[in-house]
Amino acid sequence: MANNSKTILKLTVNGEAREDLVPPNILLIDYLREVVTITGTKSGCDGGECGACTILINGNPTLSCISLAVSQSGKNIETIESLATNGRLSILQQMFHEKLGTQCGFCTPGMIMASEALLRKNDNPTDDEITKALEGNLCRCTGYVKILESVKAVIGDNARVRV
Amino acid sequence: MTKLNSELKPNKAVGDRLPLIDGIEKVSGKADYTADLDPRGALVGLILRSPYAHADITKLDISEALALPGVAAVITGDDCCAPFGILPISENEFPLVKDKVRYRGDAVAAVAAVDMRTAKKALDLIKLEVNELPAYFTAEEAMAANATLIHDDRTGNFERKISDEFGNAEKGFAQADLVREESYHCNEVTHAHMEPHAALAEYDVERDRLTLQSVTQVPYYVHLMLTQCMSMDSSKIRVIKPFVGGGFGARTETLNFEIIACLLARAAGAKVRMKLTREETFLTHRGRQETTIKLKMGLSKAGKILACHATVIQRGGAYGGYGTITSLYSGALLHAIYDIPNIKYDGFRVYSNTPACGAMRGHGTVNIRFAFESLLNSMAEDIGLDAFEVRRENLLPDKFETLNGLKALSYGLPECLDWVEKASGWNKKYKKLPKNKGIGIGCSHFVSGAGKTVHWTGEPAATIIIKLDFDGGITVFTGAADIGQGSSTIVTQLVAEVLGCDYGRIRVIANDSAITPKDNGSYSSRVTVMVGNATVDAANKLKDILLEAAAGKFQCAVADVECLGEAYQMKDRPDTALPFQNILDVALIGSGTISVKGTYFVPREYQGTGKHRGAAVGSSPGYSYGVSAAEVTVDEDTGMITVDNIWVAHDCGRAINPLSVEGQIQGGVWMGMAQALSEETRYHDGLHLNPNFIDYRFPTIVESPHIEIKIIEPGDANGPYGAKEASEGALSSIVAAIASAVKDATGVEITETPITPDRLLDAMDKQARKLHKQGKR
Repeated sequence: MANNSKTILKLTVNGEAREDLVPPNILLIDYLREVVTITGTKSGCDGGECGACTILINGNPTLSCISLAVSQSGKNIETIESLATNGRLSILQQMFHEKLGTQCGFCTPGMIMASEALLRKNDNPTDDEITKALEGNLCRCTGYVKILESVKAVIGDNARVRV
Repeated sequence: MTKLNSELKPNKAVGDRLPLIDGIEKVSGKADYTADLDPRGALVGLILRSPYAHADITKLDISEALALPGVAAVITGDDCCAPFGILPISENEFPLVKDKVRYRGDAVAAVAAVDMRTAKKALDLIKLEVNELPAYFTAEEAMAANATLIHDDRTGNFERKISDEFGNAEKGFAQADLVREESYHCNEVTHAHMEPHAALAEYDVERDRLTLQSVTQVPYYVHLMLTQCMSMDSSKIRVIKPFVGGGFGARTETLNFEIIACLLARAAGAKVRMKLTREETFLTHRGRQETTIKLKMGLSKAGKILACHATVIQRGGAYGGYGTITSLYSGALLHAIYDIPNIKYDGFRVYSNTPACGAMRGHGTVNIRFAFESLLNSMAEDIGLDAFEVRRENLLPDKFETLNGLKALSYGLPECLDWVEKASGWNKKYKKLPKNKGIGIGCSHFVSGAGKTVHWTGEPAATIIIKLDFDGGITVFTGAADIGQGSSTIVTQLVAEVLGCDYGRIRVIANDSAITPKDNGSYSSRVTVMVGNATVDAANKLKDILLEAAAGKFQCAVADVECLGEAYQMKDRPDTALPFQNILDVALIGSGTISVKGTYFVPREYQGTGKHRGAAVGSSPGYSYGVSAAEVTVDEDTGMITVDNIWVAHDCGRAINPLSVEGQIQGGVWMGMAQALSEETRYHDGLHLNPNFIDYRFPTIVESPHIEIKIIEPGDANGPYGAKEASEGALSSIVAAIASAVKDATGVEITETPITPDRLLDAMDKQARKLHKQGKR
């Protein structure tokens, strides 16, 4: 039965090369949460509405809830779990924590990954560039004020190296 | 021998901008929400929802679904004998309907199966036949004479009619120089917390025990309702709240899917996971009801409000929920913000064939406050008074008791007004901004916890347990539900403040009925004041034990011991200082593990007078006050409103954590802004038209302005270190502020929310025609 056929998916998730047998219709978010069993990436809507599931595919912010896993063959997937180093938060994560860019935390992984993608391409973004990069990520707690402050705290003089 | 730093000082934790104690989990992806819990071995639970808005069930056949391989359980209303509801007086909802459906989306049956595909297939095999009944989608239709009853015991489809008068409104209107009456309409909005509803229920057949993990703000009420609906001994039920992705009131009552998950788990003798879709989360609702308000106000020439009469009709949806309380709040909190000698309130809570409404941030106060502040702004203009001046004419004293018996010990509204007036540049802007730009203000207030709980038991309003053991770790056990607002962080700061110790010693264990003390939950902005006071009480008891141990060690009187937090010494004798652990070791001798309990009771005089029906609603140990100003730009061609700036001052008594208070105020005001601009649930013949984030619009980061904050801290003797609520009070002021700013920009009086472009264009068009007729183009 075609329904039961599975495909071998080879890709890199958070630096680890993987080979998994997956159904052809599995969404990337479900692959990450159920097959790789990392649940930092959140599902907040019924598909493509809220941005909570944002992850990076080859460095580009992408909605994992409307991406097929099998289409990512050979690609480099990065999720929120990849940002900390040896248990130490990245400076961006640290700023979201310290500046209260997170309240309930549910939009946070997506919000941070979208910001991370921006900052890798542009280490000195303007307010407009930040809001443009985060326009697809909904938050219901913060009014976005402290989210913007969190991202801005990483810029320029606030070197991105954490001691 | 330990040498201590002579500069050692107690931790001054109150006022500290401490990041959330669970923030690291949230930014690193380690925070486990209900849908993230280990699903191994769990069946998939799904709900069959009614496609009919109002109908008697004539046939419900589950036999084929039950026979499908992979299906472990199929349940219907027959599997639950008791109804549930947050108010003991209106428990009229069953987790799965009995005999009748009341809205499109009502839960008819549920299945548990090995996987999603099988579960979906099983739903398709359930046969539902009905006799459709007349259905009502507006309060007006439902209230009409001879309308079919949605609940047999609620004549006229009224859940509650309220009629209260304090003073004599007619007399007040007779004395007034200007009397106006306007109608306002607020469309329905919903919480739209980012985390969809989810539950994980596990039934232990051998022990007849049930464990539910769910997205709730009120684990205790869920526990109560499970006991009732499952007909189980409450001691056999355990309710755990994992990380929760927001609530805003949606989860302040037990929700049907939580009970359904448990019923399925018992029927299947297994673990059942339910993850509701976003659409189902919209249908579960409990949001802010559609409301029609007729408001009459009388002012003297000097701007004194002499009387007001509000008639408020709320479309409550299909079930009782919090409805009666919502309606009572709308009337009760006409008081306690201004000094008004005559207030009349007529409230009508009406059933309809739409999803049930409930408590949403600013419970019962937001729509009426929009109407009140809008009319006050408009009438002030009529008599040539400034919006700030008119409010200053109507201030309450610092300590007050209202006509309906609400008492308070602090009132920061005057300071809020002063700051917003200055910070916003009001005097240079109002009526002076360029074309299509405008500025407006509004004021608001909210309770810091309900004076009396809905399930009155005589127990304390809050209880905290603290454990201190050999390791020097201080573990605080609380039932308070941290849903992102930071309640566990506030508890941590209060313990650190009392004991003066480092934060690193303190852990908070929250929300597991098998471990933590009962707490009523996170609603009515009760946690900081009530749980906070209980925390201070417990921490003080612990400190007494340590001081006594130190006194024994130093062989001096307790009064001569000085607590430095991480050390104890004889007063002014740094040479005697001993570290915390040494004092703890002494305290443990002959006692072992130290455990203390702190409690808080709301003082009797802050529970309402009991002199009129519903008098407890609105009572509270203290009220927050907020003033906000909004500056807007209106595109006269498209009707699009851009909010350019918001200024908000909020009296929260004392900010235990200013960082978190700022976050609450910004988020609250933003949510009010969203209601003013774009949020609105829509139905067609009861079918929800926009149960998703594309069509149910709230502002993105691009459309959200900077929000300038001022925290006003008069201190309130009833709050822990003077604190009051900080999350809900600021929300309602902004709705009228935006509406009034739009009026300043366009000259159009706004009486309906949200002020969508089409509504604004219509109103502008109407205004232009009117002016044209009057020859005033």
